[in-house]
Amino acid sequence: MTNEFYIYLSILTPLIAFFTTPLLSSNPNLRDSLGPIGGIITFYSSLNIASLYLDGEVLSFTFFQISETLSISFKITGLGVIFGLVASGLWILASIYTIGYMRGNKEKNQTRFFTFYSIAIFAAICIAYSGNLLTLFIFYEVLTFSTYPLVAHKQNEEAKKAGRLYMGILVGTSIVFLLPAIIIVWVLTGSLDFSANGILKGNISNEYVPFLLALFAFGIGKAALMPFHKWLPAAMVAPTPVSALLHAVAVVKAGVFSMLIVITYVFGINFLTETNGAVWLIWISSITLLLSSCIAITKDDLKARLAYSTISQLSYIVLGGAIATNIAVQGAAIHIVMHAVGKITLFFAAGAIYVATHLSKISDLNGMGKSMPLTFVAFFIGSLSIIGVPPMGGSWSKFYLMLGSVEKDYLLVIYILAISTLLNVYYLLEIPAKAFFQQKRTNIQVTKHPLTVYPTFFAAILTIILFIYIEPLKDITNLIFGNS
Amino acid sequence: MSFIIKNLPILIVITPLMFSLIVAVLTNNRIAWSLSTFASFLTMIFTILLSFEVSDRSNISYYLGNWPPPLGIEYVIDTISIIPIMIVSVIGLIATLFAHNFITLEIDKKLVSKTYSLWLLTIAGLIGLITTADAFNLFVFLEISSLSAVALVALGSKVDRKALVAGYNYLILGAVGATFYVIGVGLLYGVTGTLNMGDLAQKIPTLGLNKSVIVAFTFMMLGIMVKAAVFPLHIWLPNAYAYAPSPVSVLLAATATKVSIYILVRISYTIFGSSYEIYSFESLRYILLYLAILAMFAGTIMAIFEKDVKKLLAHSSVAQIGYIVLGISLATSPGIASSFIHLINHALIKAGLFMSIVAMGYYTLKRIDVKTIAGLGRQLPITFFSFVICALSLAGLPLTVGFISKLYLIKAAYMSEGIWLPFLILVSSALSLIYIWKLIEGLWYNEKSLKIEKIKELPEIYLPLLVITFLNIYFGIDAGLIIDNSFIASDALMSGIK
Repeated sequence: MTNEFYIYLSILTPLIAFFTTPLLSSNPNLRDSLGPIGGIITFYSSLNIASLYLDGEVLSFTFFQISETLSISFKITGLGVIFGLVASGLWILASIYTIGYMRGNKEKNQTRFFTFYSIAIFAAICIAYSGNLLTLFIFYEVLTFSTYPLVAHKQNEEAKKAGRLYMGILVGTSIVFLLPAIIIVWVLTGSLDFSANGILKGNISNEYVPFLLALFAFGIGKAALMPFHKWLPAAMVAPTPVSALLHAVAVVKAGVFSMLIVITYVFGINFLTETNGAVWLIWISSITLLLSSCIAITKDDLKARLAYSTISQLSYIVLGGAIATNIAVQGAAIHIVMHAVGKITLFFAAGAIYVATHLSKISDLNGMGKSMPLTFVAFFIGSLSIIGVPPMGGSWSKFYLMLGSVEKDYLLVIYILAISTLLNVYYLLEIPAKAFFQQKRTNIQVTKHPLTVYPTFFAAILTIILFIYIEPLKDITNLIFGNS
Repeated sequence: MSFIIKNLPILIVITPLMFSLIVAVLTNNRIAWSLSTFASFLTMIFTILLSFEVSDRSNISYYLGNWPPPLGIEYVIDTISIIPIMIVSVIGLIATLFAHNFITLEIDKKLVSKTYSLWLLTIAGLIGLITTADAFNLFVFLEISSLSAVALVALGSKVDRKALVAGYNYLILGAVGATFYVIGVGLLYGVTGTLNMGDLAQKIPTLGLNKSVIVAFTFMMLGIMVKAAVFPLHIWLPNAYAYAPSPVSVLLAATATKVSIYILVRISYTIFGSSYEIYSFESLRYILLYLAILAMFAGTIMAIFEKDVKKLLAHSSVAQIGYIVLGISLATSPGIASSFIHLINHALIKAGLFMSIVAMGYYTLKRIDVKTIAGLGRQLPITFFSFVICALSLAGLPLTVGFISKLYLIKAAYMSEGIWLPFLILVSSALSLIYIWKLIEGLWYNEKSLKIEKIKELPEIYLPLLVITFLNIYFGIDAGLIIDNSFIASDALMSGIK
């Protein structure tokens, strides 16, 4: 058994789940168990890939050679290892949660839902392990299209409209900006492969660097950089498990992951530092970060508030890439993990509350803490991690990001991070505070589904575990620039 | 066997021609269809054999009746012409397989065998157009293929009498195009004394700057541009495609304009290519370039506002022809290669789209518009699946042939014109998502408006439909075959330019 076997395994498992789910539509229990089982297998192989990567093995294989310089191929990179672990690990939790949510909520068309859920994970894993820009682009689009039926799941006019906006922005930006950017790289360098120090150096004159980077930054609409962020709040009409796994983890993280990949493996951070090509991106992401935090405060709908919080947190990651130092990119990579775990906790909690009470407005949650203590404690812990308070995982990534900006003397960035943290405190902690300390207004029937509550709590504990058990993650990020 | 191999260039034309005569006198409709299928199958086998013959980049020159050119008529099969021949014979077979249910439904019983006869005649005419190396013989085939196609379009009159008008327009404009072409040929004959394309290519440069040649070039190009439906000479196309009987739309949309575009390439690069410098065609190509850009946007925008689905697809064809012409107008090897890639891929895409759409319209028996087929996607999952794959391919999404086309077209455009042209191409293709999405959404989510209860899939069309869907995905991944052959063809064409 070769070591590449684990790549096949992690890619094929969700694909097999995709093909078998429709066949098992008559047996819901068997059908729904595919998710957790697939998640465990994928996570297991991702762990093996990670440990092989740490041992210095270079895993890669070419699925298809289209022409001399074009191929669909996979290669393990440091960033890919991290994204693969996040996507597969949280798939286990989310698939258990999804069963609880879909059944507790008595949703229709569950088979279709689970089918497209698996193909979305498949696309995310393929993005994580992609070895060149073409492969990345292909699965980026597959991810967009596979999530459309999930966003428009309810099939009413609102869902259809949201689906149209979702597709319009994501596909539109990827075709109009990302594709030409990729082709320009192809024409300039004759190659689309990722390389540890970038491939563009010496192939492009310095004054064009910011423009090419702009094509990438706005072309990767999934990173939700303003002004192309509207799709994310729109996507919140989807059932909560979709928002949780896809719009807090797989889809948006695929976006920022692609950004980091482009910055480190296509441009190369040294090249960006030399040419100052990414300075404008620091400010755009800072603006996005602050503005979306401000918008989040105004939202009374719980999921909409979380969506704007996600946009703000994604900009932390883009910011880390734009600062373009080793430490900052490491911080950004760690933030992919930390924000994923923290935000999935919050979305799980939001979904658990919705299943139990059918409430989605924050102002209705007064005093609910006593009826759903476990859920709101989890929400509290998750919020702390997003804010970046030790001993939650989120503190590490903020620490690294600040280190990076000090290293490059971007003092203003530190202030912006500080202000944004204060805003986070306000709009996130308001929710558990209301739930625990205010009086209940009306009597609300609470019917919890256990499969929605326990994964939520487990995810919250995971943020604490990740704070303590950070070493392996640091080891992987240390290798981002060396070993690929 | 060696007799067959030796005569392959004429067999691919003669086979459908002969069978069309036989089919015309048959009275049993089912046998007429079986024989037509057999004839198209045979044609495809001959084409495949022929493609092996030219695979070593050699040219096959065939003298009709053993009369050598310039007196006799020469047929030439080379790495360039094999591409459109392949398109016509493969799509021809798939469309013939697909046709039977629809022809028996939409056309009078008495006329069915005549329809098949015209059908085969169209295929024979199209293949003849490609193979001939004689400028006047080309005109003959042009008339054969368009007259039979006009008759086929007019046969749609049982469903909607507007088909007669559409056919009439097609006839008149087609005749204008053919006349323009033949005027050009006449002028060339006057100054060179030959009709053989290879001969013409050698003699034209010796004339130096000659006004007759310029006029001839203009007439020939304009004539063929009408046939190829290059914007703004495309007016006959939307109605002809929309009112033709369903399978005829499939056949014509996938093959007829493609062949004309091939002739456009042949005229401009083979006949006039060797005098490229003398007449400074460099500036002329910008006319084509701007027309192509206009076509891209006009076609797409017309499609967005169109309600009749077949007409919508026809407008989208106008835009797609724009992409193909754009590649040609770049006048570089990658540009022409990208045109050939899209020529093949668009045939696959449009055949698939028309087949799945008319299959959904099978039960309505009238114009297929966005409303009448609303919600049908849920009842016809397999047809809908094919439609979605081909539609995404049209929009150029990865893992489909449309993506490969777009990739190479944009690369070629960027290399010769800079960033503005790729940007325009991509904006228009992003716009095309709007009408595609309108259709997908309507088919899947909207409430059914049709009151027919017994809607089920037609198993007879699974084979052609799924084959074309499979090809759309297969060549989107394993694109090497199409890409390599397109580059071989474009290099061969560019070598003619001096």
